[in-house]
Amino acid sequence: MHHMLHIKNGIVIDPKNGIKAEKMDIFVKEGKIVEESEIDKSQCKVIDASNKLVVAGGVDMHAHIAGSKINTGRTMRPEEMRMVRQIANKFRATVGRVLLTSPAIGYEYAKMGYTTSFEAAQPPIGALHTHEELDAIPMVDKAALPVFGNWHFVLKYVAEKDIEKLKTFIAWAIERTKGFGVKVVNPGGVEAWMYGKNCRNLDDEVPNFGITPREIITSLIKATEELNLCHSVHLHCNNLGNPGNFETTIETMKLANGFSNDKRQVLHVTHVQFNAYAGSSWRDVGSGAAEIAKYVNSVDNITIDMGAAIFGHATAMTGDAPFQFTLHKLLNARWSNKDSEIEGGAGIVPLMYLPKNPVHALQWAIGLELGLLIDSDKVVLTTDFPNGGPFTEYPYVMAMLMSKKMREKELEKVSPFVQKAANLPSIETEKSLEEVIHMTRDLPARILGLENKGHLGVGADADIAIYNLNPNEIDASNDYELINKAFRNALYTIKGGTIIVKDGQLVEEVWGTTYWVDATKNVDMKAIEDDLNEYFDLYYSIEKENYGVEEAWIKNPTRLVMG
Amino acid sequence: MIEVEVISGRTLDQGATVEEKLTDEYFKAVNYCELNEEDYNTLGLAEGDRVKVKTEFGEVVVFAKKSDELPKGVAFIPMGPYANQIIDPSTDSTGMPQYKGIKATIEKTDEKVLSVKELLEVI
Amino acid sequence: MAQKVICTFCGSVCDDVEFDVEEFKPKKFCKLGRSKFSKKERIKAPMIDGKEVSYEEAIQKAAEILVNAKKPLLYGWASTANEAIRLGVILTEKVRGVYDQCASVCHAPGTLAVIEEGIPGASLGAIKNRADLVIFWGSNPMEAHPRHPLRYSMSAKGLLIKGRNDRKVVVVDVRKTKTAKKADVFVQIKPGYDYPVISALRALIKGEDIDVDEVGGVSKEQLKELAEMMKNAKYGVIFYGLGVTQSRGRDRNIENAVKLIQLLNRYTRFVIWPMRGHYNVVGSGEVPAWEVGYQYAIDFSRGYPRFSPAEFSANEVLQREDCDAALVIAADPVAHFPKESVKHLKKIPVIQIDPFPNMTTLVANVVIPSAVYGLEAEGTAYRMDGIPLRVKKVIDTEYWSDEKILEELLKKVVELRGE
Repeated sequence: MHHMLHIKNGIVIDPKNGIKAEKMDIFVKEGKIVEESEIDKSQCKVIDASNKLVVAGGVDMHAHIAGSKINTGRTMRPEEMRMVRQIANKFRATVGRVLLTSPAIGYEYAKMGYTTSFEAAQPPIGALHTHEELDAIPMVDKAALPVFGNWHFVLKYVAEKDIEKLKTFIAWAIERTKGFGVKVVNPGGVEAWMYGKNCRNLDDEVPNFGITPREIITSLIKATEELNLCHSVHLHCNNLGNPGNFETTIETMKLANGFSNDKRQVLHVTHVQFNAYAGSSWRDVGSGAAEIAKYVNSVDNITIDMGAAIFGHATAMTGDAPFQFTLHKLLNARWSNKDSEIEGGAGIVPLMYLPKNPVHALQWAIGLELGLLIDSDKVVLTTDFPNGGPFTEYPYVMAMLMSKKMREKELEKVSPFVQKAANLPSIETEKSLEEVIHMTRDLPARILGLENKGHLGVGADADIAIYNLNPNEIDASNDYELINKAFRNALYTIKGGTIIVKDGQLVEEVWGTTYWVDATKNVDMKAIEDDLNEYFDLYYSIEKENYGVEEAWIKNPTRLVMG
Repeated sequence: MIEVEVISGRTLDQGATVEEKLTDEYFKAVNYCELNEEDYNTLGLAEGDRVKVKTEFGEVVVFAKKSDELPKGVAFIPMGPYANQIIDPSTDSTGMPQYKGIKATIEKTDEKVLSVKELLEVI
Repeated sequence: MAQKVICTFCGSVCDDVEFDVEEFKPKKFCKLGRSKFSKKERIKAPMIDGKEVSYEEAIQKAAEILVNAKKPLLYGWASTANEAIRLGVILTEKVRGVYDQCASVCHAPGTLAVIEEGIPGASLGAIKNRADLVIFWGSNPMEAHPRHPLRYSMSAKGLLIKGRNDRKVVVVDVRKTKTAKKADVFVQIKPGYDYPVISALRALIKGEDIDVDEVGGVSKEQLKELAEMMKNAKYGVIFYGLGVTQSRGRDRNIENAVKLIQLLNRYTRFVIWPMRGHYNVVGSGEVPAWEVGYQYAIDFSRGYPRFSPAEFSANEVLQREDCDAALVIAADPVAHFPKESVKHLKKIPVIQIDPFPNMTTLVANVVIPSAVYGLEAEGTAYRMDGIPLRVKKVIDTEYWSDEKILEELLKKVVELRGE
């Protein structure tokens, strides 16, 4: 049941609507934000938000929260599950240190005032599994991005330079997987991994296809733009995790030249921290963040997210199977791998970021540098959960971006290598509260094309967080501990008009929606029918008719029709 | 009497009758012990003969069969209630009893093969 | 007329098979699948102590048993759908019991190896497309997964491999099984010697010599040949079975095999995968993993999940008499557990949910018959390689599905606990 709510006297920051720490009231009815006149005040629950920060619910646009990767991670790492977060009561028992159970994921986001989270890499044939796990996550709205960059249909159509068929295939695949957009992971490189190789450079040839990552990326951007999907190509670059890779990253970003979109970026480059290394080996590795920032700031069609590294435990899990094998060798750690039909692959390796380890400290610094040096309108706050660390540390990252003093204190604890290899010690920038709210709310919503998320304008979803902070009084530069503390536990989290968290404690369990994108309207499936039949017949191990997810199997789906 | 190592495992017939455990077909699919020809002859067995299989953990009477799949000294009983009378129940802290590779003695016997229900009663 | 269905017998979950509803006739199935999709004796009605009752009465009684127990064991789950398993995990959390599933006596040692070393694997489609060397180690698909060799492994056609002649097949086993008879190479080892044989292969592949003439009954020459074959394969796979997980060494055998695969990937591509038995035994581990963090042997007596096979696996719990009631669903522990474990099951109240009468029915106090997934009920199952498939409902039935039974049981338990 949705209450009518009157959030009274809060200090609202709503960057999309130009509201900068103004005292105002917010009204909620039937899960939406409405005009005051829509509300019957005698029926309305009043929340006194005097001197408290009122913002839209947080939007995590890139986290690994559901599907076979995180679940294999859980299986591999029972040591992660020994941290007990909650004993079963009215709510589910929850456990997990960095890797969390599905109920824990929903609860922890809610406590932090986040109300939307996107699974960033859905193996297409495993889509049903991903959706089962999304359906097991309470509290938040969610979606999943299927992975395209090594799928043989894509490689075939890129080789044939057939953009029409590529568009048709993308529409087919997103509909079948009930996915949200076009995720690309190490394009061509994972196919090369099937032969024990990789594509580290944009012009490395993909075995047996006679094409290169450059062509795959360009074609996918073109197809996505012509389909006019609400989200752009979402790219995990080639050459991830290697010293010197920042050049590959910038070269990759240049592939977006010539493409533009009125509403959003045409290329989102994800967890850039892992792709922002200078140098030629781990000995002379350094930060390439400044060069990347310079490039991103100079163009208006690219956005990124940080992929910040947090000291402590993490688990690397990506569709970048060759990188995961490299990491396994580097760390001599446990390693899972999954080659998937003709769709790509994935890998999982546990790791830990240690402050005294020079490389780890550098990674930590680079993530923050990206957040500081790039325009706040182009960089989203993420940790690429659980690759860079837990999403529950977002408040730490927020505070670090806002306080030079905090960074100085933290720098004292880390390897001195950072002093010469990174820019962080010399960066003076302190992001404002408004900028940090922007980077965690309306910017990711805009990048994803979710018009009703990330802001508090009339018509927006009533996903609201209230924090114990008065923006007009806080001096974030000095009171960084207050920032770090306040954003960990919302005073109130409101999801679709229902109060789900009060004083940092869960009060009600709700089930959000799963968004999926239907772009089939503007393509003719006949164009690829023969190819689908042929590939399923020859190269798949299941029947085409059993491939994919029906909308009726999802708990609470929302279909977004494109075009 | 001979000394062997017993292994238990799936068979096609055991699988095909596994959802009909109270039928004669299932009984037939799991109530025998296969032996290598040499071991079979050493015991002087003929078709329809029974053997008593004894281990540290129990004993069971089953029908004897000749098999060309087994080396000398290895005996096979299909997975199921008969094999489970004699396998090693301890799990070495893994949760998994040792269903395969149990030292056993096998001798010819005149005792009858218990039915599935009778077997349950004697546990 | 025959329609396409998805087989719910073994972990191969063949989705190309057909069923004629009017004639009740399966087509294209193997012998195991045919048995599943044939008419056979069913549990006629819900029963309490042998007396027929309604579903509601049986569920009421089952709920009372679970709520009154200090520590119930909820075991089985391998032959039901994820939707039911999820409710079962939540139910176990509610009644603060122990959740364990059939892998405990099947492939769970492989899960322990995943914890030690991870699992470098592949989907069955990737294997059929690429594997030029297929090794069945302690597994016998000709008897346990009859269509696996045709669809996915031995003679499957794919992208790079156009048929049986394009790949080598090796069987490592203590018996010359039906699968071994179809292999290019049969390596016969002594029972319990998997670990040292794997260690010898690791040494040889690394280029080290082994200072013995034979290991586990296998000559040094044959070991060298096998090592060379593995190293020279373009894309190899080991499919391991219960021959490895149920014999001496158990999880350590697989851990060692995974280390062998890690090593081989330094020279070529190689993967390893378990030949999972029941059609959704993978789901019975995956679902609790996302709901509560672990795959099996999970105790909730403290109100949160704890994992420990040494304490909370069904056989340990039963042999230590550490449960005072049991719910058995989609499994038959009385037939498949050692007699030391069955003894305790005979003493405590047992609730059974299953379509078919089996040995557990003979000891159960409450028997609740259910619909057969894939035939009478729809739901999600994970093939042995984790590929999810939605199994179909093609005929109507009066029987309730496991999902519905558990949904009602969960409601009743919540009601009795006064929540």
